[in-house]
Formats: sequence, C-alpha cells, structure tokens
Amino acid sequence: MKFRLRIWKQASGDAAGAFSDYEVDGISPETSFLEMIDTLNERLTERGEEAVAFESDCREGICGMCSMVINGQPHGPLPGTTTCQLYMRHFDDGQPITIEPWRSGAFPVLRDLMVDRSAFDRILESGGYVTVHSGPKPEPNANPIDPEVAEESLDAACCIGCGACVAACPNGAAMLFTAAKVSHLGLLPQGQPERWERVQNMVEQMEEEGFGSCRNYAECEAACPKEISIKFIGRLNRDYLRALREPIDRHGPMDSQ
Amino acid sequence: MKRLLLLYRSIIGKKVIAAVTGAVMMGFLILHVAGNLKAFLPDAAPGVPDIDVYASFLRTMGEPLLPYTTLLWSVRIVLIASLLLHVTCVLQLARRNQRARPVRYREVRHVESTAPARWMLYSGSLLLAFLVIHLLQFTTGTIDAARFVPSGVYGNLYRAFHEWGYVAMYVGATVLLGLHLYHGAWSLFQSLGLDNPDRNRGLRQLAMVVALGLSLSFASVPVAFSLGALGPPPAESPKLALR
Ligand code: HEM
Ligand code: FES
Repeated sequence: MKFRLRIWKQASGDAAGAFSDYEVDGISPETSFLEMIDTLNERLTERGEEAVAFESDCREGICGMCSMVINGQPHGPLPGTTTCQLYMRHFDDGQPITIEPWRSGAFPVLRDLMVDRSAFDRILESGGYVTVHSGPKPEPNANPIDPEVAEESLDAACCIGCGACVAACPNGAAMLFTAAKVSHLGLLPQGQPERWERVQNMVEQMEEEGFGSCRNYAECEAACPKEISIKFIGRLNRDYLRALREPIDRHGPMDSQ
Repeated sequence: MKRLLLLYRSIIGKKVIAAVTGAVMMGFLILHVAGNLKAFLPDAAPGVPDIDVYASFLRTMGEPLLPYTTLLWSVRIVLIASLLLHVTCVLQLARRNQRARPVRYREVRHVESTAPARWMLYSGSLLLAFLVIHLLQFTTGTIDAARFVPSGVYGNLYRAFHEWGYVAMYVGATVLLGLHLYHGAWSLFQSLGLDNPDRNRGLRQLAMVVALGLSLSFASVPVAFSLGALGPPPAESPKLALR
C-alpha cells in the first residue's frame, strides 16, 4: 500500500512548527500504524533526512504513549484502540493521512508528535493515593467488595492516561481523565478516607494546569481507547458537590424537653 | 456562603451554576409559553381577550397579601439574577476553553458531539440579543411606543405579528431556543451529576421533548397571527385598568 502523509514537524517547544509532506509505499496491510512511521523514518534516515519524532513504548495498548491525532481523531478512526493497535488495513490505499500532536495548552509540544503530559502526573500526585498502614498486611479478602462495585471501579481504572480525552475535547478539558482517577479509588472501600479531599485536590490541580471546562460533548468517551464512559464525569460532579457541603457536627448531648 | 463562593470559583462549580440557572430559566419559559397559548382562547368577556386578563392577573397575583406587582417583580429578580449568573459563568468558561487550546488542529473529526451542543455560545448570545428586543417590544413598549397599549397584550401581538420581519425574528428565536435546549436540557442533568447510563436515554428524550415542545408552542402564536388564524383584537376592547 501507498500513503501520502502530512505530519507536523516542530524542532522544539519554542520553535515554530509546520506540516511536512511525505510519501511511503510498499507498506503491507498488516503493518501497524507505528511500524509504518518506523518504515518512513528508516527511509528518511537512509536519505540523510530528519526522522519524525513520536513516542511509543508497549505497542500493545496499555502504556498510553503513542499519542497522535490521525485525520482529526486521536488514535485514529478505529474506536477503542490506541495508535499502536491500528493497522494500515484500516486505511484505503493511497489515502492522504494527516498526523498532528495532541493540541492542548497543558500538553506543550516537545518535538514533532511528542508532547509533555506531566500535567496528568501532577493531577495524579494531588490525589491518586490511598492510606495504607505500615503494620502487618491484612488478609486481602478481609474487606468485602461488591463485585458490581469492583467492576465499575475497574472500568475507571482502565484509564492509561494517554490524554486522548483532552486531545479530542473541543474545549480542551481533562474531565474524563480526572473523573476516571477520582472514581477508580473513590468507589472502593480503601479509597473512602480521602474521598472528599481527593476530588477537591484533583479538580483544583486540573484547573491549575489550565485545562478547559467540560460542556458534555462526549467526544472524550468516543476517543478513549479504553472506552471509559462519561458517566464517571457525572460521578465526579456529584462527588465534587458533596465535598463542598459544610460538615455537620452531630456531637453533644440532646435534651428531651 | 463560603461554600457558594468556592462553587463560583471552580470550573465544575460554574457549570453547576450554569445548569441551575439554565433550569430556572427553562422552567420559567415553560410557564411563559403556557401563558402565551392563552392567545388562542376565546374572549374572557365580550371585548376582553383572555390573554389580557392573564396579563393583569400576573400583576395582581398575591394580592391582598402582597402589594401590586410584588410577586411579579420577585420572579423578575430571580430571572434577572439567573440570566446574569448564567451568562457570566458560561462566558468565563468559554474564555478558559479558548486558552486551553492555543494551537488549533488542521483537521478535526467530530464523532459524538452534536452541532447544537457545539453552537451553545452562538445560540445563547443570539438569544440574549433577542431577549433585549423582545422586552423593549412587549414589556416596556419602547419599540412601537405610539401604538403600544400596556394592558392590551392581544392587540400588541396582533400589530407586531402583521409585520413579516417580526414574525421571522420570533420564529428564528424559537429555533435558537430549541437548539440551545436540545443540548442544554440534557446537559444540565449531566453537569449536576444526575445522569447515569440507565436514565440517559430517558433524559435525552426529555430534552428533545422540551426543546421541540417549547419551540413549536412559542412559534405558534406569531405564525397564527401572520396567517390570520388569530383575528384582530375586539374593536371597542374596554382596556383593563392598569394601576
Ligand atoms: C433563554 C434563556 C436561556 C436558557 C433557558 C438557557 C438554558 C441553558 C441550559 C439548560 C444549559 C445547560 C447547562 C449545563 O450544561 O449544565 C445552558 C448552557 C449554556 N448556555 Fe444557556 N440558556 C439561556 C440563555 C443563554 C444566554 C443568553 C447565553 C449567552 C451567553 C447562553 C449560553 C450558554 C452556553 C455557552 C452554555 C454552555 C455552558 C457550558 O457548558 O460551558 N445561554 N443554557
Ligand atoms: S505504545 Fe503503549 S499504548 Fe500505544
């Protein structure tokens, strides 16, 4: 197969970027999208031209590194997949393909298609933890969890932090990521002690990073390679409102007359 | 109070404020259109259109417990506050969203969002412009002061809606309202954390019913006047005394 590629090139965060056009041919339909760029890069290097910088690690859809917007969609046209799981058979022969980095003020471009997603790390640091006591470890099954609750928590825990939700959101919001992280711990008994603090801290950090505000478009849900539902955003809103309530003081005696 | 301020300061809180004020205005519009439809009722008494009686009721309701127009003004104050809060919050959020994506994509493919959802800022801003004209026309009567009769609602409507420009503007505004609420009437439940997969379909349908219902019933009055389905006001209509 043959493809006409238009890829964003930017030498560094401060440099001005622009699109460059490339052509690759002799690509088999069983080639993955990243292997296709690898092939392009090998040929570019052989010709003494500069390779296209992009990130990848696991190449099996779990690390969330392979961030790129392909023809206007984060991780490409296939629902529920990361770029590394995308194959060239999903494209038409000769099809023009535009590849851009995540566009978000909170994710500055480092080089070409690589962006700095440490804003997500800082959101996680602000509340993505639970208290664990330092004594002997309890028996793991001593704390019963309803399987339905465990399943729901796991649905949220599927988040690989790739940032596709931010990239897809027309408002540049990071609500799906934050909601997934808040819910994944907030649903479990182990996450209860910090539940209200967690939601406030993580939302505050999310604001500080300059992410946008959700308008309930659901583009994030459609772009999420793990198909995480925006119901978690509803849950985040609910928990956030509850966290803002005045604490009720119910200590003290009560008179009978 | 401190908690309310916290709400106003956070972006989720601003959305909650937009949702609550949007719901308040939406509730008002449902009552408003019910009042408008009184234009279709037969005269309350010979020469007195039903809608004129209703307009005077709006001013006297609460009497003698409350002075004249007290209840009406209470409702107006709630609505003005809602509108101001709604507009302030959504504009602040819109500015934030613009900054959140300083470099735009060359190619964007929308998958899940609807066009009315993406147009919220435009439909809302146009509704605000319409609201100003609407109040100047039928509440203060500034636009056609020479012929405006404060207590003669039916006659005022009749005169306005025999000009095709006004009919077009009012029908256009109802379309905008329908678009705004097609997304808004569902979105507010999600913003308040009240939606869930088990009710999502129902809430989406509710939003559709509210949006279409409000649009069609608001549009029916100007259309009926312009088509002649609603006749001229009673010639010798004894005007209800307005204090
Ligand atoms: C006729 C009166 C209005 C009604 C009944 C109304 C109703 C609503 C409702 C129910 C929502 C959904 C809130 C949510 O997503 O939680 C909403 C959102 C919105 N409204 Fe209005 N609205 C009105 C006027 C306006 C005006 C005058 C503006 C113009 C500035 C405006 C701009 C917006 C925007 C931009 C949103 C999206 C907010 C966001 O999600 O960030 N609306 N409106
Ligand atoms: S490279 Fe790990 S998810 Fe794609």
